[in-house]
Amino acid sequence: MPSTCPCLNEGCNCCIQVFNACIEFENQLALDSVSFAVPPGVLTGVVGPNGAGKSILFNALVGLQPLAHGKILINGCPPKNSKTKISYIPQKERVNWRFPLSVRDVVSLGTAASTSLLANIRITSRDNDLIEESLRKVDMWHKKDHLVSTLSGGQRQRTFIARALTQNADILILDEAFSGVDISSQEGMLQILRGLRDEGKTILVATHDLNTLAAKFDYVLCINRHICAYGKPELVFTKDVLIELYGSHSEMFTTHQIGQHTHVD
Amino acid sequence: MLIDAIIEPFQLTFMMRALVVCVLIGVMCPFLGAHVINREMGFMGDALAHSVLPGMVGATILGFSPLLGAIPTGIVVALTIGYIVKKSNVSNDTSIGIMFTALFAFGLVLLSLHGDEEIHVEDILLGQITTISNTDVLVTVFLALVTFAIMVLLHKQLVFVGFDYEGAVVAGLPASRIDYLLLALLSIVIVVSLQIVGIILVVGMLITPAAAASLIAKRFSSAIVLGIVFGVASGVVGLYMSYYFNVPSGPAIALTSTAIFTLSFLNRLRTT
Repeated sequence: MPSTCPCLNEGCNCCIQVFNACIEFENQLALDSVSFAVPPGVLTGVVGPNGAGKSILFNALVGLQPLAHGKILINGCPPKNSKTKISYIPQKERVNWRFPLSVRDVVSLGTAASTSLLANIRITSRDNDLIEESLRKVDMWHKKDHLVSTLSGGQRQRTFIARALTQNADILILDEAFSGVDISSQEGMLQILRGLRDEGKTILVATHDLNTLAAKFDYVLCINRHICAYGKPELVFTKDVLIELYGSHSEMFTTHQIGQHTHVD
Repeated sequence: MLIDAIIEPFQLTFMMRALVVCVLIGVMCPFLGAHVINREMGFMGDALAHSVLPGMVGATILGFSPLLGAIPTGIVVALTIGYIVKKSNVSNDTSIGIMFTALFAFGLVLLSLHGDEEIHVEDILLGQITTISNTDVLVTVFLALVTFAIMVLLHKQLVFVGFDYEGAVVAGLPASRIDYLLLALLSIVIVVSLQIVGIILVVGMLITPAAAASLIAKRFSSAIVLGIVFGVASGVVGLYMSYYFNVPSGPAIALTSTAIFTLSFLNRLRTT
Protein backbone atom coordinates (compact mmCIF):
# COMPACT_ATOMS: atom_id res chain seq x y z
CA MET A 1 0.00 0.00 0.00
CA PRO A 2 1.47 3.36 -0.96
CA SER A 3 2.15 5.61 1.96
CA THR A 4 0.44 8.69 0.55
CA CYS A 5 -3.20 8.46 -0.34
CA PRO A 6 -5.07 9.78 -2.25
CA CYS A 7 -3.41 7.96 -5.09
CA LEU A 8 -4.37 6.48 -8.42
CA ASN A 9 -2.28 3.42 -7.83
CA GLU A 10 -4.40 0.39 -8.66
CA GLY A 11 -2.71 -1.68 -6.01
CA CYS A 12 -4.11 0.59 -3.34
CA ASN A 13 -7.31 -0.94 -2.04
CA CYS A 14 -8.11 1.64 0.56
CA CYS A 15 -9.63 4.40 -1.52
CA ILE A 16 -12.37 5.49 -3.83
CA GLN A 17 -10.53 5.68 -7.14
CA VAL A 18 -11.89 7.15 -10.35
CA PHE A 19 -9.85 6.77 -13.54
CA ASN A 20 -10.66 8.94 -16.59
CA ALA A 21 -14.38 8.50 -16.10
CA CYS A 22 -16.64 9.91 -18.81
CA ILE A 23 -20.36 9.76 -18.22
CA GLU A 24 -23.03 10.38 -20.80
CA PHE A 25 -26.50 11.33 -19.68
CA GLU A 26 -29.43 11.90 -22.02
CA ASN A 27 -27.05 12.15 -24.98
CA GLN A 28 -24.92 14.80 -23.34
CA LEU A 29 -21.47 14.41 -21.97
CA ALA A 30 -22.20 15.05 -18.31
CA LEU A 31 -18.71 14.38 -16.98
CA ASP A 32 -15.56 14.50 -19.00
CA SER A 33 -12.43 12.52 -18.07
CA VAL A 34 -12.77 12.70 -14.32
CA SER A 35 -9.92 11.24 -12.29
CA PHE A 36 -9.48 11.47 -8.54
CA ALA A 37 -8.99 9.33 -5.48
CA VAL A 38 -10.30 9.62 -1.94
CA PRO A 39 -8.39 8.08 0.97
CA PRO A 40 -10.30 6.37 3.78
CA GLY A 41 -11.38 8.29 6.84
CA VAL A 42 -11.74 11.61 5.09
CA LEU A 43 -14.66 14.03 4.82
CA THR A 44 -14.81 15.32 1.27
CA GLY A 45 -17.09 18.00 -0.12
CA VAL A 46 -18.06 17.75 -3.77
CA VAL A 47 -18.80 21.30 -4.84
CA GLY A 48 -20.20 22.70 -8.05
CA PRO A 49 -23.21 24.55 -9.43
CA ASN A 50 -26.51 22.84 -10.25
CA GLY A 51 -26.09 20.73 -13.35
CA ALA A 52 -22.35 20.32 -12.78
CA GLY A 53 -22.65 16.55 -12.62
CA LYS A 54 -22.39 15.98 -8.86
CA SER A 55 -25.36 13.65 -8.66
CA ILE A 56 -24.30 11.78 -11.78
CA LEU A 57 -20.82 11.31 -10.34
CA PHE A 58 -22.35 9.96 -7.12
CA ASN A 59 -24.65 7.63 -9.06
CA ALA A 60 -21.59 6.30 -10.88
CA LEU A 61 -19.69 5.82 -7.61
CA VAL A 62 -22.50 3.68 -6.21
CA GLY A 63 -23.01 1.72 -9.42
CA LEU A 64 -26.35 3.23 -10.48
CA GLN A 65 -24.91 4.99 -13.53
CA PRO A 66 -22.74 3.22 -16.13
CA LEU A 67 -19.58 4.88 -17.44
CA ALA A 68 -19.09 5.69 -21.11
CA HIS A 69 -15.37 5.41 -20.57
CA GLY A 70 -12.96 4.88 -17.70
CA LYS A 71 -13.10 2.95 -14.47
CA ILE A 72 -14.17 3.31 -10.85
CA LEU A 73 -12.80 1.21 -7.99
CA ILE A 74 -14.25 1.16 -4.48
CA ASN A 75 -11.88 -0.52 -2.03
CA GLY A 76 -10.22 -2.03 -5.10
CA CYS A 77 -13.45 -3.49 -6.54
CA PRO A 78 -15.97 -2.25 -9.10
CA PRO A 79 -18.94 -0.40 -7.51
CA LYS A 80 -21.37 -3.24 -8.24
CA ASN A 81 -19.30 -5.57 -6.02
CA SER A 82 -18.96 -3.04 -3.26
CA LYS A 83 -22.59 -2.73 -2.29
CA THR A 84 -23.46 -3.07 1.39
CA LYS A 85 -20.15 -1.29 2.12
CA ILE A 86 -21.61 1.92 0.71
CA SER A 87 -24.65 3.77 1.96
CA TYR A 88 -26.24 6.25 -0.41
CA ILE A 89 -28.36 9.08 0.91
CA PRO A 90 -30.22 10.52 -2.08
CA GLN A 91 -31.54 14.04 -2.57
CA LYS A 92 -34.78 14.46 -0.66
CA GLU A 93 -36.77 14.64 -3.91
CA ARG A 94 -35.76 11.04 -4.68
CA VAL A 95 -37.38 9.62 -1.54
CA ASN A 96 -41.04 8.63 -1.34
CA TRP A 97 -42.09 10.48 1.83
CA ARG A 98 -45.65 9.18 1.45
CA PHE A 99 -44.68 6.02 3.36
CA PRO A 100 -45.65 6.63 7.02
CA LEU A 101 -42.39 5.38 8.54
CA SER A 102 -41.04 6.36 11.94
CA VAL A 103 -37.41 7.32 12.46
CA ARG A 104 -36.86 3.90 13.99
CA ASP A 105 -38.50 2.16 11.00
CA VAL A 106 -36.17 3.94 8.58
CA VAL A 107 -33.06 3.19 10.62
CA SER A 108 -34.01 -0.48 10.88
CA LEU A 109 -34.03 -0.69 7.05
CA GLY A 110 -30.24 -0.60 7.29
CA THR A 111 -30.30 -4.29 8.19
CA ALA A 112 -32.60 -5.25 5.27
CA ALA A 113 -29.85 -6.48 2.98
CA SER A 114 -27.79 -8.36 5.53
CA THR A 115 -30.22 -10.21 7.77
CA SER A 116 -32.12 -13.37 6.96
CA LEU A 117 -35.75 -13.12 5.90
CA LEU A 118 -36.92 -14.60 9.17
CA ALA A 119 -35.41 -11.60 10.94
CA ASN A 120 -38.34 -9.62 9.56
CA ILE A 121 -40.69 -11.31 11.96
CA ARG A 122 -38.57 -11.37 15.08
CA ILE A 123 -36.47 -8.36 15.94
CA THR A 124 -33.43 -9.50 17.87
CA SER A 125 -32.08 -7.54 20.80
CA ARG A 126 -28.84 -7.20 18.79
CA ASP A 127 -30.78 -5.30 16.10
CA ASN A 128 -32.43 -3.16 18.74
CA ASP A 129 -29.08 -2.33 20.31
CA LEU A 130 -27.63 -1.47 16.92
CA ILE A 131 -30.56 0.81 16.07
CA GLU A 132 -30.36 2.56 19.45
CA GLU A 133 -26.60 3.03 19.16
CA SER A 134 -26.94 4.46 15.64
CA LEU A 135 -29.71 6.82 16.63
CA ARG A 136 -27.80 8.05 19.68
CA LYS A 137 -24.73 8.75 17.55
CA VAL A 138 -26.71 11.14 15.37
CA ASP A 139 -28.61 12.51 18.38
CA MET A 140 -32.01 11.33 17.14
CA TRP A 141 -32.90 8.73 19.81
CA HIS A 142 -35.42 11.12 21.40
CA LYS A 143 -37.21 11.38 18.04
CA LYS A 144 -37.31 7.63 17.37
CA ASP A 145 -41.12 7.41 17.23
CA HIS A 146 -41.67 10.48 15.07
CA LEU A 147 -42.66 10.11 11.44
CA VAL A 148 -39.71 10.97 9.18
CA SER A 149 -42.00 12.87 6.83
CA THR A 150 -42.75 15.37 9.61
CA LEU A 151 -39.10 16.05 10.48
CA SER A 152 -36.95 19.00 9.44
CA GLY A 153 -34.39 18.61 6.65
CA GLY A 154 -31.49 18.23 9.07
CA GLN A 155 -33.30 15.63 11.19
CA ARG A 156 -34.15 13.61 8.08
CA GLN A 157 -30.50 13.62 7.02
CA ARG A 158 -29.44 12.49 10.48
CA THR A 159 -31.99 9.67 10.32
CA PHE A 160 -30.53 8.50 7.00
CA ILE A 161 -27.00 8.73 8.42
CA ALA A 162 -28.17 6.46 11.25
CA ARG A 163 -29.53 4.04 8.63
CA ALA A 164 -26.05 3.97 7.05
CA LEU A 165 -24.63 3.12 10.47
CA THR A 166 -26.99 0.16 11.02
CA GLN A 167 -26.01 -1.01 7.54
CA ASN A 168 -22.43 -0.89 8.83
CA ALA A 169 -21.32 0.95 5.70
CA ASP A 170 -17.71 2.18 5.45
CA ILE A 171 -18.50 4.78 2.83
CA LEU A 172 -21.30 7.34 3.12
CA ILE A 173 -22.38 9.24 0.02
CA LEU A 174 -24.75 12.15 0.67
CA ASP A 175 -26.29 14.02 -2.26
CA GLU A 176 -27.16 17.66 -1.50
CA ALA A 177 -27.27 16.81 2.18
CA PHE A 178 -27.34 20.43 3.26
CA SER A 179 -30.03 21.82 1.00
CA GLY A 180 -33.09 22.84 2.96
CA VAL A 181 -31.13 22.55 6.21
CA ASP A 182 -30.78 25.71 8.28
CA ILE A 183 -27.32 26.96 9.19
CA SER A 184 -27.32 25.89 12.85
CA SER A 185 -28.43 22.37 11.88
CA GLN A 186 -25.77 22.29 9.16
CA GLU A 187 -23.15 22.83 11.85
CA GLY A 188 -24.65 20.01 13.91
CA MET A 189 -24.59 17.67 10.91
CA LEU A 190 -20.97 18.57 10.18
CA GLN A 191 -20.10 17.69 13.79
CA ILE A 192 -21.74 14.30 13.37
CA LEU A 193 -20.01 13.67 10.04
CA ARG A 194 -16.66 14.66 11.52
CA GLY A 195 -17.24 12.27 14.40
CA LEU A 196 -17.93 9.43 11.96
CA ARG A 197 -14.87 10.36 9.93
CA ASP A 198 -12.79 10.09 13.10
CA GLU A 199 -14.13 6.55 13.48
CA GLY A 200 -12.77 5.78 10.01
CA LYS A 201 -15.78 6.34 7.76
CA THR A 202 -15.14 7.78 4.31
CA ILE A 203 -17.73 10.45 3.58
CA LEU A 204 -18.57 12.33 0.39
CA VAL A 205 -21.08 15.16 0.53
CA ALA A 206 -22.31 17.03 -2.54
CA THR A 207 -23.27 20.65 -2.04
CA HIS A 208 -23.78 23.66 -4.25
CA ASP A 209 -23.39 25.93 -1.24
CA LEU A 210 -19.88 27.32 -1.44
CA ASN A 211 -20.04 30.14 1.08
CA THR A 212 -20.80 28.55 4.39
CA LEU A 213 -19.78 24.98 3.90
CA ALA A 214 -17.04 24.23 1.46
CA ALA A 215 -14.21 25.39 3.72
CA LYS A 216 -15.29 23.01 6.46
CA PHE A 217 -14.44 19.76 4.66
CA ASP A 218 -11.05 18.03 4.81
CA TYR A 219 -10.88 17.92 1.03
CA VAL A 220 -12.90 19.69 -1.62
CA LEU A 221 -13.55 18.35 -5.11
CA CYS A 222 -14.73 21.14 -7.40
CA ILE A 223 -16.55 19.88 -10.46
CA ASN A 224 -18.28 21.53 -13.33
CA ARG A 225 -18.58 18.74 -15.91
CA HIS A 226 -14.87 18.18 -15.34
CA ILE A 227 -12.66 18.52 -12.30
CA CYS A 228 -11.78 22.17 -11.76
CA ALA A 229 -9.74 21.61 -8.62
CA TYR A 230 -9.22 19.06 -5.87
CA GLY A 231 -7.43 19.36 -2.55
CA LYS A 232 -7.56 21.01 0.82
CA PRO A 233 -10.05 23.89 0.85
CA GLU A 234 -7.52 26.62 1.56
CA LEU A 235 -5.48 25.60 -1.48
CA VAL A 236 -8.40 24.97 -3.80
CA PHE A 237 -10.46 28.11 -3.59
CA THR A 238 -8.53 30.45 -5.82
CA LYS A 239 -10.11 33.11 -7.97
CA ASP A 240 -9.52 31.14 -11.17
CA VAL A 241 -11.17 28.03 -9.78
CA LEU A 242 -14.20 29.99 -8.60
CA ILE A 243 -14.64 31.57 -12.01
CA GLU A 244 -14.32 28.19 -13.65
CA LEU A 245 -16.84 26.72 -11.20
CA TYR A 246 -19.47 29.38 -11.15
CA GLY A 247 -18.83 31.24 -14.38
CA SER A 248 -21.19 30.61 -17.22
CA HIS A 249 -20.36 26.97 -17.70
CA SER A 250 -22.61 26.51 -20.70
CA GLU A 251 -20.38 28.88 -22.65
CA MET A 252 -17.11 27.79 -21.14
CA PHE A 253 -17.44 24.11 -21.87
CA THR A 254 -18.73 23.97 -25.39
CA THR A 255 -16.04 21.36 -25.99
CA HIS A 256 -17.79 18.90 -23.64
CA GLN A 257 -19.48 16.88 -26.32
CA ILE A 258 -19.91 13.19 -26.89
CA GLY A 259 -17.07 11.93 -29.02
CA GLN A 260 -14.82 14.80 -28.00
CA HIS A 261 -13.40 13.31 -24.83
CA THR A 262 -10.12 14.86 -23.91
CA HIS A 263 -8.95 11.77 -22.04
CA VAL A 264 -5.64 10.12 -22.77
CA ASP A 265 -5.91 6.36 -23.13
CA MET B 1 -83.37 -14.30 16.01
CA LEU B 2 -80.23 -12.29 15.32
CA ILE B 3 -78.12 -15.43 15.50
CA ASP B 4 -80.39 -17.04 12.93
CA ALA B 5 -80.03 -14.06 10.63
CA ILE B 6 -76.27 -14.27 10.96
CA ILE B 7 -76.06 -18.01 10.36
CA GLU B 8 -78.77 -18.38 7.73
CA PRO B 9 -76.88 -17.28 4.60
CA PHE B 10 -74.03 -19.65 5.26
CA GLN B 11 -76.18 -22.75 5.38
CA LEU B 12 -75.95 -22.49 1.62
CA THR B 13 -72.69 -24.07 0.48
CA PHE B 14 -72.01 -21.47 -2.21
CA MET B 15 -72.33 -18.72 0.42
CA MET B 16 -69.90 -20.59 2.66
CA ARG B 17 -67.41 -20.80 -0.20
CA ALA B 18 -67.93 -17.10 -0.93
CA LEU B 19 -67.33 -16.28 2.75
CA VAL B 20 -63.98 -18.09 2.78
CA VAL B 21 -62.83 -16.28 -0.37
CA CYS B 22 -64.19 -12.97 0.96
CA VAL B 23 -62.24 -13.17 4.20
CA LEU B 24 -59.06 -14.11 2.33
CA ILE B 25 -59.30 -11.23 -0.12
CA GLY B 26 -60.30 -8.98 2.79
CA VAL B 27 -56.88 -9.78 4.27
CA MET B 28 -54.81 -9.77 1.09
CA CYS B 29 -56.18 -6.72 -0.75
CA PRO B 30 -55.48 -4.20 2.02
CA PHE B 31 -52.07 -5.81 2.77
CA LEU B 32 -50.99 -5.21 -0.83
CA GLY B 33 -53.13 -2.06 -0.93
CA ALA B 34 -51.03 -0.39 1.77
CA HIS B 35 -48.05 -0.60 -0.59
CA VAL B 36 -50.20 0.35 -3.59
CA ILE B 37 -51.48 3.60 -2.08
CA ASN B 38 -48.04 4.69 -0.87
CA ARG B 39 -46.45 3.88 -4.22
CA GLU B 40 -49.37 5.51 -6.10
CA MET B 41 -50.04 2.34 -8.06
CA GLY B 42 -53.85 2.44 -7.99
CA PHE B 43 -54.09 2.84 -11.74
CA MET B 44 -51.72 -0.10 -12.18
CA GLY B 45 -54.06 -2.20 -10.03
CA ASP B 46 -57.06 -1.22 -12.14
CA ALA B 47 -55.09 -1.99 -15.30
CA LEU B 48 -54.02 -5.43 -14.06
CA ALA B 49 -57.64 -6.31 -13.28
CA HIS B 50 -58.79 -5.38 -16.79
CA SER B 51 -55.82 -7.01 -18.48
CA VAL B 52 -56.64 -10.55 -17.33
CA LEU B 53 -59.91 -10.62 -19.29
CA PRO B 54 -58.41 -12.51 -22.28
CA GLY B 55 -57.05 -15.14 -19.88
CA MET B 56 -60.41 -15.60 -18.18
CA VAL B 57 -62.30 -15.86 -21.45
CA GLY B 58 -59.66 -18.16 -22.96
CA ALA B 59 -59.78 -20.49 -19.96
CA THR B 60 -63.58 -20.65 -20.08
CA ILE B 61 -63.53 -21.44 -23.82
CA LEU B 62 -61.06 -24.25 -23.15
CA GLY B 63 -63.26 -25.56 -20.37
CA PHE B 64 -61.26 -24.47 -17.33
CA SER B 65 -62.33 -22.27 -14.46
CA PRO B 66 -61.81 -18.56 -15.31
CA LEU B 67 -59.67 -18.31 -12.16
CA LEU B 68 -57.16 -20.83 -13.48
CA GLY B 69 -56.86 -18.91 -16.75
CA ALA B 70 -56.57 -15.56 -15.06
CA ILE B 71 -53.72 -16.46 -12.69
CA PRO B 72 -50.99 -17.12 -15.29
CA THR B 73 -52.30 -14.32 -17.54
CA GLY B 74 -52.24 -11.94 -14.60
CA ILE B 75 -48.64 -12.75 -13.69
CA VAL B 76 -47.39 -12.50 -17.29
CA VAL B 77 -49.26 -9.25 -17.89
CA ALA B 78 -48.05 -7.75 -14.60
CA LEU B 79 -44.41 -8.50 -15.39
CA THR B 80 -44.77 -7.25 -18.97
CA ILE B 81 -46.44 -4.00 -17.96
CA GLY B 82 -43.85 -3.57 -15.20
CA TYR B 83 -41.04 -4.08 -17.72
CA ILE B 84 -42.51 -1.65 -20.26
CA VAL B 85 -43.20 0.99 -17.61
CA LYS B 86 -39.58 0.73 -16.39
CA LYS B 87 -38.07 0.83 -19.87
CA SER B 88 -40.30 3.02 -22.01
CA ASN B 89 -39.85 6.72 -22.51
CA VAL B 90 -43.54 7.57 -22.30
CA SER B 91 -45.00 8.24 -18.85
CA ASN B 92 -46.16 5.39 -16.61
CA ASP B 93 -49.82 6.34 -16.92
CA THR B 94 -49.62 6.37 -20.67
CA SER B 95 -47.91 3.02 -21.10
CA ILE B 96 -50.18 1.35 -18.54
CA GLY B 97 -53.23 2.87 -20.26
CA ILE B 98 -52.23 1.66 -23.70
CA MET B 99 -51.43 -1.87 -22.53
CA PHE B 100 -54.53 -2.48 -20.48
CA THR B 101 -57.05 -1.12 -22.95
CA ALA B 102 -55.48 -3.26 -25.66
CA LEU B 103 -55.72 -6.42 -23.55
CA PHE B 104 -59.22 -5.64 -22.30
CA ALA B 105 -60.36 -4.98 -25.87
CA PHE B 106 -58.81 -8.27 -26.98
CA GLY B 107 -60.72 -10.04 -24.20
CA LEU B 108 -64.00 -8.45 -25.30
CA VAL B 109 -63.38 -9.46 -28.93
CA LEU B 110 -62.64 -13.04 -27.86
CA LEU B 111 -65.84 -13.01 -25.85
CA SER B 112 -68.02 -11.77 -28.70
CA LEU B 113 -66.41 -14.08 -31.29
CA HIS B 114 -66.99 -17.06 -29.07
CA GLY B 115 -70.58 -16.07 -28.33
CA ASP B 116 -71.01 -18.80 -25.75
CA GLU B 117 -74.03 -18.66 -23.50
CA GLU B 118 -71.89 -19.97 -20.64
CA ILE B 119 -69.88 -16.79 -20.31
CA HIS B 120 -71.67 -13.78 -18.93
CA VAL B 121 -69.92 -10.46 -19.27
CA GLU B 122 -71.60 -9.14 -16.13
CA ASP B 123 -70.25 -12.05 -14.06
CA ILE B 124 -66.72 -11.27 -15.15
CA LEU B 125 -67.10 -7.54 -14.74
CA LEU B 126 -69.01 -7.55 -11.45
CA GLY B 127 -68.09 -10.88 -9.83
CA GLN B 128 -70.33 -13.88 -9.40
CA ILE B 129 -70.15 -15.74 -6.14
CA THR B 130 -72.46 -18.59 -7.13
CA THR B 131 -69.96 -19.93 -9.67
CA ILE B 132 -67.08 -20.32 -7.20
CA SER B 133 -66.16 -24.01 -7.09
CA ASN B 134 -64.44 -26.02 -4.36
CA THR B 135 -61.29 -26.07 -6.50
CA ASP B 136 -61.44 -22.26 -6.75
CA VAL B 137 -61.62 -22.04 -2.95
CA LEU B 138 -58.64 -24.36 -2.52
CA VAL B 139 -56.61 -22.44 -5.11
CA THR B 140 -57.53 -19.17 -3.37
CA VAL B 141 -56.52 -20.50 0.07
CA PHE B 142 -53.19 -21.72 -1.30
CA LEU B 143 -52.39 -18.47 -3.13
CA ALA B 144 -53.45 -16.34 -0.17
CA LEU B 145 -51.16 -18.29 2.17
CA VAL B 146 -48.18 -18.02 -0.20
CA THR B 147 -48.76 -14.31 -0.80
CA PHE B 148 -49.21 -13.60 2.89
CA ALA B 149 -46.00 -15.43 3.77
CA ILE B 150 -43.98 -13.57 1.15
CA MET B 151 -45.43 -10.19 2.19
CA VAL B 152 -44.50 -10.83 5.82
CA LEU B 153 -41.05 -12.28 5.15
CA LEU B 154 -40.08 -9.54 2.70
CA HIS B 155 -41.81 -6.71 4.55
CA LYS B 156 -38.67 -4.70 5.29
CA GLN B 157 -37.28 -5.18 1.78
CA LEU B 158 -40.56 -4.13 0.14
CA VAL B 159 -40.74 -1.02 2.32
CA PHE B 160 -37.09 -0.08 1.64
CA VAL B 161 -37.54 -0.33 -2.14
CA GLY B 162 -40.82 1.62 -2.13
CA PHE B 163 -39.49 4.31 0.21
CA ASP B 164 -36.00 4.87 -1.19
CA TYR B 165 -35.34 2.87 -4.38
CA GLU B 166 -31.81 4.10 -5.03
CA GLY B 167 -30.77 3.79 -1.40
CA ALA B 168 -32.06 0.20 -1.47
CA VAL B 169 -30.09 -0.66 -4.62
CA VAL B 170 -26.91 0.73 -3.13
CA ALA B 171 -27.53 -1.11 0.15
CA GLY B 172 -27.41 -4.30 -1.93
CA LEU B 173 -31.11 -5.17 -2.31
CA PRO B 174 -32.30 -6.60 -5.65
CA ALA B 175 -34.71 -3.66 -5.92
CA SER B 176 -35.86 -4.31 -9.46
CA ARG B 177 -36.70 -7.96 -8.71
CA ILE B 178 -38.53 -6.90 -5.55
CA ASP B 179 -40.64 -4.48 -7.64
CA TYR B 180 -41.51 -7.26 -10.08
CA LEU B 181 -42.33 -9.60 -7.21
CA LEU B 182 -44.73 -7.01 -5.79
CA LEU B 183 -46.39 -6.71 -9.22
CA ALA B 184 -46.74 -10.50 -9.50
CA LEU B 185 -48.26 -10.74 -6.01
CA LEU B 186 -50.55 -7.82 -6.83
CA SER B 187 -51.82 -9.56 -9.93
CA ILE B 188 -52.43 -12.80 -7.98
CA VAL B 189 -54.41 -10.98 -5.29
CA ILE B 190 -56.41 -9.06 -7.90
CA VAL B 191 -57.21 -12.20 -9.85
CA VAL B 192 -58.52 -14.13 -6.84
CA SER B 193 -60.53 -11.06 -5.84
CA LEU B 194 -62.22 -10.94 -9.25
CA GLN B 195 -64.35 -13.94 -8.24
CA ILE B 196 -66.13 -11.85 -5.63
CA VAL B 197 -65.87 -8.23 -6.71
CA GLY B 198 -65.32 -8.42 -10.46
CA ILE B 199 -62.97 -6.54 -12.74
CA ILE B 200 -64.54 -3.11 -12.41
CA LEU B 201 -64.73 -2.89 -8.63
CA VAL B 202 -61.59 -4.71 -7.53
CA VAL B 203 -59.73 -1.46 -6.98
CA GLY B 204 -62.36 -0.56 -4.39
CA MET B 205 -61.21 -3.52 -2.33
CA LEU B 206 -57.54 -2.95 -3.08
CA ILE B 207 -57.20 0.70 -2.13
CA THR B 208 -60.30 1.85 -0.22
CA PRO B 209 -59.80 -0.12 3.06
CA ALA B 210 -56.05 0.62 2.96
CA ALA B 211 -56.74 4.31 2.39
CA ALA B 212 -59.28 4.40 5.22
CA ALA B 213 -56.74 2.79 7.54
CA SER B 214 -54.03 5.26 6.51
CA LEU B 215 -56.28 8.10 7.67
CA ILE B 216 -56.42 6.63 11.16
CA ALA B 217 -53.22 4.65 11.79
CA LYS B 218 -50.06 6.65 12.19
CA ARG B 219 -47.50 4.01 11.30
CA PHE B 220 -47.18 1.84 8.19
CA SER B 221 -47.35 -1.47 10.05
CA SER B 222 -50.42 -0.46 12.05
CA ALA B 223 -52.04 0.87 8.86
CA ILE B 224 -51.63 -2.60 7.33
CA VAL B 225 -53.26 -4.31 10.33
CA LEU B 226 -56.16 -1.83 10.48
CA GLY B 227 -56.59 -2.03 6.69
CA ILE B 228 -56.96 -5.81 7.01
CA VAL B 229 -59.64 -5.32 9.69
CA PHE B 230 -61.50 -2.91 7.38
CA GLY B 231 -61.04 -5.23 4.38
CA VAL B 232 -62.45 -8.30 6.14
CA ALA B 233 -65.31 -6.20 7.56
CA SER B 234 -66.13 -4.81 4.10
CA GLY B 235 -66.11 -8.30 2.60
CA VAL B 236 -68.29 -9.94 5.23
CA VAL B 237 -70.77 -7.07 5.66
CA GLY B 238 -70.99 -6.71 1.87
CA LEU B 239 -71.72 -10.41 1.54
CA TYR B 240 -74.61 -10.17 4.01
CA MET B 241 -75.99 -7.14 2.16
CA SER B 242 -75.70 -9.03 -1.08
CA TYR B 243 -77.70 -11.91 0.41
CA TYR B 244 -80.42 -9.96 2.21
CA PHE B 245 -80.94 -7.18 -0.36
CA ASN B 246 -80.39 -9.43 -3.36
CA VAL B 247 -77.72 -7.20 -4.95
CA PRO B 248 -74.45 -8.33 -6.59
CA SER B 249 -71.64 -8.94 -4.09
CA GLY B 250 -69.10 -6.66 -5.80
CA PRO B 251 -71.06 -3.42 -5.52
CA ALA B 252 -72.25 -4.32 -2.00
CA ILE B 253 -68.66 -4.83 -0.82
CA ALA B 254 -67.37 -1.72 -2.61
CA LEU B 255 -70.11 0.42 -1.03
CA THR B 256 -69.32 -1.00 2.41
CA SER B 257 -65.63 -0.18 2.07
CA THR B 258 -66.55 3.30 0.83
CA ALA B 259 -68.76 3.79 3.90
CA ILE B 260 -65.83 2.79 6.14
CA PHE B 261 -63.60 5.23 4.25
CA THR B 262 -66.16 8.02 4.66
CA LEU B 263 -66.34 7.43 8.43
CA SER B 264 -62.53 7.46 8.66
CA PHE B 265 -62.43 10.64 6.64
CA LEU B 266 -65.03 12.37 8.86
CA ASN B 267 -63.15 11.18 11.93
CA ARG B 268 -59.99 12.70 10.50
CA LEU B 269 -61.75 16.01 9.86
CA ARG B 270 -63.04 15.99 13.43
CA THR B 271 -59.64 15.33 14.99
CA THR B 272 -57.54 17.74 12.94
